[in-house]
Amino acid sequence: MLEIEIDGKTVQVPDGSTVMDAATLAGIYIPHFCYHKKLSIAASCRMCLVQVEKAPKPLPACATPVTNGMKVWTHSEAAVKAQKGVMEFLLINHPLECPVCDQGGECQLQDLAVGYGGAHARYREEKRVWVNKNFGPLIASDATRCINCTRCARFTAEIGGLMELGQAHRSDRAEIMSFLGRTIDSELSGNIIDLCPVGALTSKPFRFSARTWELARRRSISPHDSLGTNLIVQTRHDKVMRVLPGVNESLNECWLTDKDRFSYEALASEQRLVSPMIRQDGEWQAVSWQAALEFTVAALQGIVREQGGQSVGALASPHATVEELHLLQKLARGLASENIDFRLRQRDFRGDAVRGGAPWLGMPVLDIHDLRSLLVVGSFLRKDAPLLAQKVRHSALRHGLRVNAVGPNAEDWLMPVAARALVAPADMAAALAGIAAALAAETGKPVAETLAERLPADISAEARAIAQSLAGGEKSAVWLGSLAVRHPRAAELHLWAQEIARLSGALLGFIGEAANSTGGYLVGAVPGAGGLDARAMIESPRRAYLLFGAEPDLDFADGAAAMAALGQAQLVAAASVFDSPALRQSADVLLPIAPFTETSGTFVNCIGDAQSFHAVAQPLGEARPGWKVLRVLGNLLGLPGFDQDDSAAVRDEALSGDIRACLDNAIGDVPEAEDAPAAQAGRLQRVADVPIYFADPLVRRAPSLQKTADAAPPAARMSASTLAALGVSAGDKVRVTGTGTVELQAVADEGLAPGCVRIAAAHPATVALGPMHGDLSVERI
Amino acid sequence: MSAHALILAGADADRGWRLRDYAARGGYESLRRIVAEKTSPDAIIAELKASGLRGRGGAGFPTGLKWSFMPRAFPGDKYLVCNSDEGEPGTFKDRDILRYNPHAVIEGMIVGAWVMGCTRGYNYIHGEIFEIYRRFEEALEEARAAGLLGPNILGSDFSFELFAHHGYGAYVCGEETALLESLEGKKGQPRFKPPFPASYGLYGKPTTINNTETFASVPFILKMGGEAFLGLGKPNNGGSKIFSVSGHVNRPGNYELNLGTPFPELLEMAGGVRDGRKLKAVIPGGSSSPVLPADVIMDCTLDFDAIGKAGSMLGSGAVIVMDETACMVRALERLSYFYHEESCGQCTPCREGTGWLYRVVRRIEEGLGRPDDLDLLRSVAGNIAGRTICALGDAAAGPVQSFIKHFTDEFIYHIEYRKCLVPLAVQDAGNQINASRPC
Repeated sequence: MLEIEIDGKTVQVPDGSTVMDAATLAGIYIPHFCYHKKLSIAASCRMCLVQVEKAPKPLPACATPVTNGMKVWTHSEAAVKAQKGVMEFLLINHPLECPVCDQGGECQLQDLAVGYGGAHARYREEKRVWVNKNFGPLIASDATRCINCTRCARFTAEIGGLMELGQAHRSDRAEIMSFLGRTIDSELSGNIIDLCPVGALTSKPFRFSARTWELARRRSISPHDSLGTNLIVQTRHDKVMRVLPGVNESLNECWLTDKDRFSYEALASEQRLVSPMIRQDGEWQAVSWQAALEFTVAALQGIVREQGGQSVGALASPHATVEELHLLQKLARGLASENIDFRLRQRDFRGDAVRGGAPWLGMPVLDIHDLRSLLVVGSFLRKDAPLLAQKVRHSALRHGLRVNAVGPNAEDWLMPVAARALVAPADMAAALAGIAAALAAETGKPVAETLAERLPADISAEARAIAQSLAGGEKSAVWLGSLAVRHPRAAELHLWAQEIARLSGALLGFIGEAANSTGGYLVGAVPGAGGLDARAMIESPRRAYLLFGAEPDLDFADGAAAMAALGQAQLVAAASVFDSPALRQSADVLLPIAPFTETSGTFVNCIGDAQSFHAVAQPLGEARPGWKVLRVLGNLLGLPGFDQDDSAAVRDEALSGDIRACLDNAIGDVPEAEDAPAAQAGRLQRVADVPIYFADPLVRRAPSLQKTADAAPPAARMSASTLAALGVSAGDKVRVTGTGTVELQAVADEGLAPGCVRIAAAHPATVALGPMHGDLSVERI
Repeated sequence: MSAHALILAGADADRGWRLRDYAARGGYESLRRIVAEKTSPDAIIAELKASGLRGRGGAGFPTGLKWSFMPRAFPGDKYLVCNSDEGEPGTFKDRDILRYNPHAVIEGMIVGAWVMGCTRGYNYIHGEIFEIYRRFEEALEEARAAGLLGPNILGSDFSFELFAHHGYGAYVCGEETALLESLEGKKGQPRFKPPFPASYGLYGKPTTINNTETFASVPFILKMGGEAFLGLGKPNNGGSKIFSVSGHVNRPGNYELNLGTPFPELLEMAGGVRDGRKLKAVIPGGSSSPVLPADVIMDCTLDFDAIGKAGSMLGSGAVIVMDETACMVRALERLSYFYHEESCGQCTPCREGTGWLYRVVRRIEEGLGRPDDLDLLRSVAGNIAGRTICALGDAAAGPVQSFIKHFTDEFIYHIEYRKCLVPLAVQDAGNQINASRPC
């Protein structure tokens, strides 16, 4: 520890601290622009110059290390003179347009100019002007306002992983720009809006729509990925105007993904369902809640009476809240149906019978920092879990974490990947078995008896390298990603991952697909004894379906099959935030429910944190919180236990007991699946990702996100060798046939295992293809 | 070019730079002796300290001391870098050292590598003297072929690789940490210090950076002994030094003198002020050093301490001579333009301030000065100096402060009368002389 005196206050700080750290500890504010606690130190704005005893010149607090016994004055005459000098320099070329600048009211330069700026300008020469840049649909550029703090450039390089922005030129012509005029395409790009201390980078969707002081600030929780990102939702007159990060150092720190930041635009979508609707004689009619609920109840009761509870299936989105999922399963079970599931894109449910508990990350998010080795199995890590990926990236770049991967996809995660087994989906289990065999050889521990006979004859070099990376005896982890969970042999992948973790002493974890992927298990939104899982409910169609928050065509493992199954049912009651043609085609009743901003609720994230949130706005139109709709439905059905007064009561009922005790990634033995019929000659294995901006109903309708590069229409991506074998060139139109046929453009992608074709799911253009896994034929048109 | 020449010895014409010529002048003897005798690094550092050698790049930091900072025991790579990014207006000595005596630099660097345990070295050569870079590459090839560079130098177990690297002409890359950034392939911008290069240098490894002339002096010190080298100059200002004389003299060029030589002697060697005109001012150490009026400089000896006492810096030894035909406002405008142009744009006071200084000085020169402009210039220069990451801010402020200080009348005249104190006809006459000189 070092002792330092700042403005007369003595504080003890750890070795290696800077004067800025010490001042923060002492509760003293030193003005600054380029300094940011999460970014590298630039020491270039010079606003934090302070007076240091025995130093001949003022020194930047952000970059000056504390020495024992140091004396610092942050507001002495000398310090303030230096700070005012810097402020004058910053202002000479900064346009005086605060009244029309979107940053006004939340501008660091504006705020500090009050304290350090002069009353009049001494600079009377010509001012510099820059041309605004096109950074894409999310970030607006007002280049002339830039003060060259380089926070944005450092963010893209250090946090985003790719230096998308840089400072070109020199002197007062030095200018922040992207390489060759490219747009900023990072899935974390919006954070540079928060980082920009002036109005040079502002939010394109938000700007000119409100002033910061007009907005109410409410805490909320992201309904998107599994991290449980904390949000500050800002509203005006019951309308969500923008979303900012809620700081949570153990989860999202001070960052947001672009999905979390910009998906709010969909809340005001014209596709919002604002009234209950019933299909009568093929025509959709807006009706009262009472009529809609009575219709639903009558139809349900009739079906249950005639065909039994098991003829009813309940299918919910993993983005639904704990309260909604709990009441939905309770309702289904009240109707004597065990057919309930929220894992709509999953194919293999053999693990359910031998599962230890609710799958989770297996470790606190903060511990990623200390990991020495990581194996990621079947994941589109960067797009599926952008902030989790960012933590892995940080650890890989700064702390030497060795990242390894197994799977058919090798898109750039913007981090060093030590070893990667690039294998087709059908070979993933064998690849994991190879790693287990290599680990057994490496560690001298035997592979579990039940698995020993399934070990492959030879071990690939990649398997050996991954085994060596994991076997170091240091802190390591094995994570299963969305592709592994949706895999037709997911239970076996889980089993092998468990074996690899056991042999290497690694922690086993699931990245989780959605905001409530862990919570859904905790509330029992999964089939009970004799019940049907999500796949079985589609493959053995029910008479009645309760569809909650999911879109039949886009949120299922096989959208075409789901549409068909719902289409034949006698009753489909769909509770949805949005209207859609697919819903109108397959449902009989549409119940408008509130999105996360208009209801209270709870999500349990990938580390088992149950984070509750309140509504930040009134529901739009006739929409109502989902838990209330389900509660009233329960009442009307005459079921017991639907008398909760508020969502907190539902939550307490749903999550009684110790959540952490229910988290368990263990899996018992799962037999090897019978070999799927060998792929026919000329057929390719499908690799299906769920593109980041099509993953849930909300982002699908966020107009600005839909203009980004990540929202490009799906293509048929294949490696050059696969393309050549088919006689197809990149850019050709191809006809792809699965259970149905679609036409797509062929794209060369070296990040794919041979014999595979990557075609995104969850997109209207590819629904007809059928399941997310399996064989496809591809031919040139 | 000088009676006292060491480094520029045998460099009267464009010949004699090859290895065999350098060897004939006693080159590489010091290195051979060190390798044969396995001279301890500490002994060499002691010799350098005794010689009083101070860095020739401008700052004048004692070389022996700098070399002793290097953590010899640090495991892994350590780097040695020669700073030949000579970009300051008025300075052109390193160019001639590399042109006429490249092997002296190479030998000095090999000795440095021996002393500091470096495995790899780079000579960063200014981007606008490309033929010099080519010649240095040739000299390196000669040294490699002779077993003086590469693995097992002169049959010993000492290995050192040396490479030439050319920049692209940015002045700021002469700042040692900007040079390292540029060498790493990044934009040439100075780093904040600490950490200093001795602990965190090229690619984050311990690194020592010296000027070309500093390295070139090392073999001669080892040959003649530290005491003898010190004896050439004055205490604390050891040895000989190359002065690049430019401006209004009859014979501009590089002159190697013992430190402590009176300025009038240098002026005389350079043929005196052209056409016998009156000396007006001298910038004694490159354009960033404060200007000194004729009467002050004529009483000075040329060494770090004397010039420092007179209120300027010996700097890189670039002596810019101005006679009575020079308009000081115009001269300052030119210098301010340079620093405005070359500011790297990283830190605020320099990025914004150098342009401000230039624009105000230009306005005064154009006859649009305002009464409060001189106070403004002093204030702005004061807000830049000492507030920046590197010394470029100080370098930009120095000329403004010193020109205004020593030639206040000329600036006031310019502002009041909207024209030069030196009549345009006189300035033109001065320019005519420049134009008619064969070069």
